[in-house]
Amino acid sequence: MKRIAILLALAGIFVSQGASAQTLKTVKDRGILNCGSNGTLAGFGLPDAQGKWTGLDVDVCRAVAAAIFNDATKVKFVALTAKDRFTALQSGEVDLLVRNTTWTSSRDTSLGLNFTGVDYYDGQGFLVRKSLKVNSALELGEASVCVQQGTTTELNLADYFRAHNMKLKTVTFATANEAVKAYDAGRCDSYTSDASALYGERLRLANSNDHIVLPEIISKEPLGPAVRHGDDQWFDIVKWVLFAMINAEEAGVTSKNVDEMLKSTNPDVKRLLGTEGSYGEQLGLTKDWAVRIVKLVGNYGEVFDRNVGMGSPLKIERGLNKLWNKGGLQYAPPVR
Amino acid sequence: MTMSEGDLAVTELHFVRGEMVAQQPPPASMRGPMAWVRENLLSTPFNIVMTILIALLFIWAVPEVVKFLFVDAVWTGADRDACREVVQHREIGACWPFVWERLPYFTYGSYPIPERWRVDVFFLLLAVGIGWLLWLNAPRRDLGAGYFFVVLPIASFILLHGFPLIGLPVVDTNLWGGVLVTIVVSAVGIVFSLPIGIVLALGRRSNMPAVKLFSVIFIEFVRGVPLITVLFMASVMLPLFVPEELSPDKLLRALVGIAMFAAAYMAEVVRAGLQAIPKGQFEGAMAVGLSYWQMMRLIVLPQALKITIPNIVNTYIGLFKDTTLVFIVGIFDLLKTIEVARIDPKWATPVTSTTGYAVAAIFYLIFCYGMSRYARATEARLAKAEKR
Repeated sequence: MKRIAILLALAGIFVSQGASAQTLKTVKDRGILNCGSNGTLAGFGLPDAQGKWTGLDVDVCRAVAAAIFNDATKVKFVALTAKDRFTALQSGEVDLLVRNTTWTSSRDTSLGLNFTGVDYYDGQGFLVRKSLKVNSALELGEASVCVQQGTTTELNLADYFRAHNMKLKTVTFATANEAVKAYDAGRCDSYTSDASALYGERLRLANSNDHIVLPEIISKEPLGPAVRHGDDQWFDIVKWVLFAMINAEEAGVTSKNVDEMLKSTNPDVKRLLGTEGSYGEQLGLTKDWAVRIVKLVGNYGEVFDRNVGMGSPLKIERGLNKLWNKGGLQYAPPVR
Repeated sequence: MTMSEGDLAVTELHFVRGEMVAQQPPPASMRGPMAWVRENLLSTPFNIVMTILIALLFIWAVPEVVKFLFVDAVWTGADRDACREVVQHREIGACWPFVWERLPYFTYGSYPIPERWRVDVFFLLLAVGIGWLLWLNAPRRDLGAGYFFVVLPIASFILLHGFPLIGLPVVDTNLWGGVLVTIVVSAVGIVFSLPIGIVLALGRRSNMPAVKLFSVIFIEFVRGVPLITVLFMASVMLPLFVPEELSPDKLLRALVGIAMFAAAYMAEVVRAGLQAIPKGQFEGAMAVGLSYWQMMRLIVLPQALKITIPNIVNTYIGLFKDTTLVFIVGIFDLLKTIEVARIDPKWATPVTSTTGYAVAAIFYLIFCYGMSRYARATEARLAKAEKR
């Protein structure tokens, strides 16, 4: 028992050493960014037919690599499961974790992670048949709902129905795949899961146009990149890479017009693109850090559209992920 | 008169046949397909019931499978619309264009496209090596063994991993995937498990206490822990204890884990064979003055391995399918690449998953059945000695 304790203490020393190290320097010396991601979620992290990783989360990793190396391909993607993602980050196997991870208080504190922002505001939603003529989740009173068992989704569902005094009939399945199959076969009136996943699942139904995702979102699932505790510079870099993407969209800087925008006289654009001030150097990066991100990866709107939005097969509405001045929640502090 | 006439008649009737009667076929009830059916399928009431049940099973399953895989299948198309009933207005079976498009991914994973020829060369070298070893009439099979066990591993490592000095850029193993990973992992497991297994089996039956203890502990420990746990430990716990620079490559961890596992099981298989050899064989070998290793190499192991062929192949087939567990350490083997591809929204249809899994089933069936057929042939060849 004592030996195990000593062993764990030793492991603790290694871990804390790993965390307090200068991640930026380690990454630069290594010449490649190790990014933990999900290899199996459409729109967020999934290899395409050429084996190239695509997705919103994946592009956040690429943006960090672009800011550091001026080369968005210098990323090694490590496919992580929901179970081993936090250990991989804690142990230093990956430099950052962008794997549709919900930002919660316990993860932010006791797990030793720092969430750097929100790259996608997700939440639990409902998929129903159009023929059911239901326009709101509040009308699901007598409906049966297919759900994957043992997930927070199942708990949220029970909470929501209890809070609204509705009778709940759940049909639970071990995997999401089975639950969707059962819903498609008509075993239940509705299927519930994270809204981002519902759009992907909907495509797999026999007649996807006969189904809609209800507007109600019954839980808060802010998904974002996370880094280890103990390296504030690295935390700042990952945080500001995402902010730069959002600010670029707000300022109208896209991957296509970024070179012209360098001549812009708009002070916001000048500060963002480094033609004025030395905000990149303050981060430990170069003056043109945001130019690299936008040019090689794109601004937030482009990345969203390409991976999950109207430019992708998923066709997810921007919704909560619109910019703050367009009625959404995406808001980045100013570069100045 | 009558007597003599009768005598004459008898002698005249006395008849010796000069040539053979043409052979008559057996009665109609004993030949032809009907007799075969009666003999083999309908000989007892129990047999009749079993025949009917199995026939029903076939009638129930086979037409469905054929219908799905061929009759209703879609053979060409650009995206999911080609495989959707609501678009095509007909019943849709397997969605093959999805497989055609994803075939390079199933084969190479994320291996960089300009470097994929290296994987092709590796497949070719491996096929040559296997053919050389397994084809009995192949020329210079002694050289073949050297090629397979020495040249091939080194050449494969240089080809697949890369060797910048000769202009082959390094390809990190996390980019490997698909059939490549399945083949590499199972080839390493198959090649290493037998020799290590034999040594462990001999160690377990050894008179030297230290060797025996080590072998017993190794075998029992490895057999007592699920493979999935070991892989999980290696991928999650190891990086906690060792600094990042020193922690071995993920694929290497999986390779070592799988080889050790297969070796422990193989050791028990070989031990069973060793125990089946009569004591007289050992005593005879010792009596003619053979050393321990000579005795094992010339007398005991050839007999022991011969009788364990079915079990060795059984372990190999199990190992081949266990390689799918490497997905736990984030490496995409064939099955995982199929699982990834079926999520791709470009091809999201109700039949995509089934088509993907059918591809996996066909792949594993071909390889496992191939192994089992070759083993049957080897058994038959080696059993000739006993039949004489």
